[in-house]
Amino acid sequence: MLSIRNLEAGIDGKPILRGLSLEIGKGEVHAIMGPNGSGKSTLAHILAGRDGYEITGGEVIYEGRNLLEMPTEERAREGVFLAFQYPVEIPGVSNIYLLKAALNAVRKHRGEGELDAMDFLKLVKDRMNLVEMDEQFLYRPVNEGFSGGEKKRNEILQMAVLQPKLGILDETDSGLDIDALRVVANGVNALRGPERSLMLVTHYQRLLDYIVPDYVHVLAGGRIVKSGDRGLALELESRGYGWIEEELREGA
Amino acid sequence: MGTSKQNLDELIRKDYEHGFVTDIEADTVPPGLDEDVVRAISAKKGEPEFMLEWRLRAYRHWTTMREPEWAHVHYPPLDFQAISYYSAPKAKGAGPKSLDEVDPKLLETYNKLGIPLKEQELLAGVAVDAVFDSVSVATTFKDKLAGMGIIFCSFSEAVHEHPDLVRKYLGSVVPHTDNFYASLNSAVFSDGSFVYVPKGVRCPMELSTYFRINAKNTGQFERTLIIADEGSYVSYLEGCTAPQRDENQLHAAVVELIALKDARIKYSTVQNWYPGDEEGRGGIYNFVTKRGACRGAHAKISWTQVETGSAITWKYPSVLLEGDHSVGEFYSVALTNNRQQADTGTKMIHIGRNTRSTIVSKGISAGRGQNAYRGLVKVLKGAHDARNYTRCDSLLIGPRCGAHTFPYIEVRNPTAQVEHEATTSKISEDQLYYCMQRGISAEDAVSMIVNGFCKEVFKELPMEFAVEAQKLLGISLEGSVG
Ligand SMILES: Nc1ncnc2c1ncn2[C@@H]1O[C@H](COP(=O)(O)OP(=O)(O)OP(=O)(O)O)[C@@H](O)[C@H]1O
Ligand SMILES: [Mg+2]
Repeated sequence: MLSIRNLEAGIDGKPILRGLSLEIGKGEVHAIMGPNGSGKSTLAHILAGRDGYEITGGEVIYEGRNLLEMPTEERAREGVFLAFQYPVEIPGVSNIYLLKAALNAVRKHRGEGELDAMDFLKLVKDRMNLVEMDEQFLYRPVNEGFSGGEKKRNEILQMAVLQPKLGILDETDSGLDIDALRVVANGVNALRGPERSLMLVTHYQRLLDYIVPDYVHVLAGGRIVKSGDRGLALELESRGYGWIEEELREGA
Repeated sequence: MGTSKQNLDELIRKDYEHGFVTDIEADTVPPGLDEDVVRAISAKKGEPEFMLEWRLRAYRHWTTMREPEWAHVHYPPLDFQAISYYSAPKAKGAGPKSLDEVDPKLLETYNKLGIPLKEQELLAGVAVDAVFDSVSVATTFKDKLAGMGIIFCSFSEAVHEHPDLVRKYLGSVVPHTDNFYASLNSAVFSDGSFVYVPKGVRCPMELSTYFRINAKNTGQFERTLIIADEGSYVSYLEGCTAPQRDENQLHAAVVELIALKDARIKYSTVQNWYPGDEEGRGGIYNFVTKRGACRGAHAKISWTQVETGSAITWKYPSVLLEGDHSVGEFYSVALTNNRQQADTGTKMIHIGRNTRSTIVSKGISAGRGQNAYRGLVKVLKGAHDARNYTRCDSLLIGPRCGAHTFPYIEVRNPTAQVEHEATTSKISEDQLYYCMQRGISAEDAVSMIVNGFCKEVFKELPMEFAVEAQKLLGISLEGSVG
């Protein structure tokens, strides 16, 4: 599904990713953990197609195609979805308008017709139940005045409507209260399936109690420095990142 | 990376679609302006004496005036002697009696503009009075309207057929001495539209005029006069396009609205005159005086405008709130891109008691566009309990454009309540990226955001115009559930 090989990238001449490699297979859930500033969001944005990064080495193959050459909107239409760490506010544009425009763009790309207003509303309401979101949010401007937790929930709503093949969740758990975390995790779990892969960026192993990953990776200094299963997350929880850095230094 | 690089500037740079020129023989007065030209125009139109006198008074006054310089716009001085003040398509023999007699090339022009007159005749709903350069060539639905006592015709026809109405109301809202361009218009105006709706009649369809500047170096000076008699209602739509030319062309129109007691006039404009190219070459100078008077109690006048065209727009549709309880409204979207400049807004003059006005202005600037809102709310001494609400929002697209707000408030009655709100926002790269990450193209994302920004104004437009306005801003109508 996704194959990242020796990716080197930076911004404004400052290197951030330094030879990052990661394989994500169909239907797999990968958790990415790592210290602040290690490059997790950078990786997520490079995959999602944000402008402004310099790619200085390596490649990213998504479903057999060179992902980095695809325009941002095409990546989205091909099923790459990023739930933002900091979702953007768009005044004047209602949430439902954005959802409809996005869904129609994706459907059009797949050669499917536009949904009519009734079917669309039915679909959206169904997905709102999944993340236990109140209908009023549909008619409010995108993310404007939403609380931190509401914004995160809204991201998962969009993912549930768009049904991507690769969902990248950048710290979706940060800012969620305990109940909301459970609700959002349930929503994400409902989207798990053999055709959908997930990359979860998180700092907290608690999320992984709810959404159990197949793999856990540690991103530090712009590279995946350690990979393991759930157990690694538990170990990180109790020991922090220091020991990994030590291990690396010893290895070097 | 950088495959998704979508420069904001590129997105908003759209070619002007209406830039074709109709090759047609025209009856044109040589460039220049003096009393003889004014006389010649009047004579060509076979006008009665009172019209000629009015024109000459205006001309003489104009010669004593200077071009205004207070607007936030910049352009080289105009040479008023280089302009031809009259251009009419040459009729084959006598004037056309029906659409069949109209020059097919003209009709083709209209078809390119998307107003097939032939179809318009069949499709109930919109009556079109088409102004081609200076002479009104075809008027539809006139008969049906005439049955209700509604007069909808070209200005020239009104001068001949309804001289008393013209004489009574012409210049009664915008006097021939009003301002430099209004005086010039009064002297040389060639045609335009005239509407009279009798007492208690509700005009059953939207009346519509498409103006189009065709001949080279012709200033277009049309004049519109709309009178809604007591208790009547009329909705009038004005749409404009102009062909692409390298020179700048002057358009100095005057619109006068008169709403008597309990009458309502809704006047909507979608203006997309040629804006000039990216470097600011060519384009229309749109210097227009639009004003309405609520002459009786409970009269109401609403201006709604969507201004996307012209190199320079200078325009302040205003309302004189003379009658007690009368209402004035101004809803405006003005978009400036590339080198376009707009200085637009409104004047609400509260004269009667309990008068109310609402101003909603949305300015969008892109490229190197400069957009200024200039509004005056004036409450006179006798205007007890007057109320005004003004909202003035600016949206900036890209780093090189500008938005300016000049609100003037003059209150001479302590019972007045005047509210003013203003905001400025930007379309950010982050917003575009967010939309694109959801599969929406950058172009659609800009449209979506702009459309959202303009919502309050678009909902004031008649349906078919709202559609056109949205198209003009490059917006699809998807998401109507929202
Ligand atoms: N536009 C930018 N200009 C300069 N430096 C940047 C820019 N964007 C990111 N960086 C730097 O790149 C590094 C990686 O940032 P990134 O946001 O990817 O970290 P992260 O792993 O997501 O951290 P966190 O856990 O705090 O979210 C940081 O040092 C950050 O300051
Ligand atoms: Mg981050």
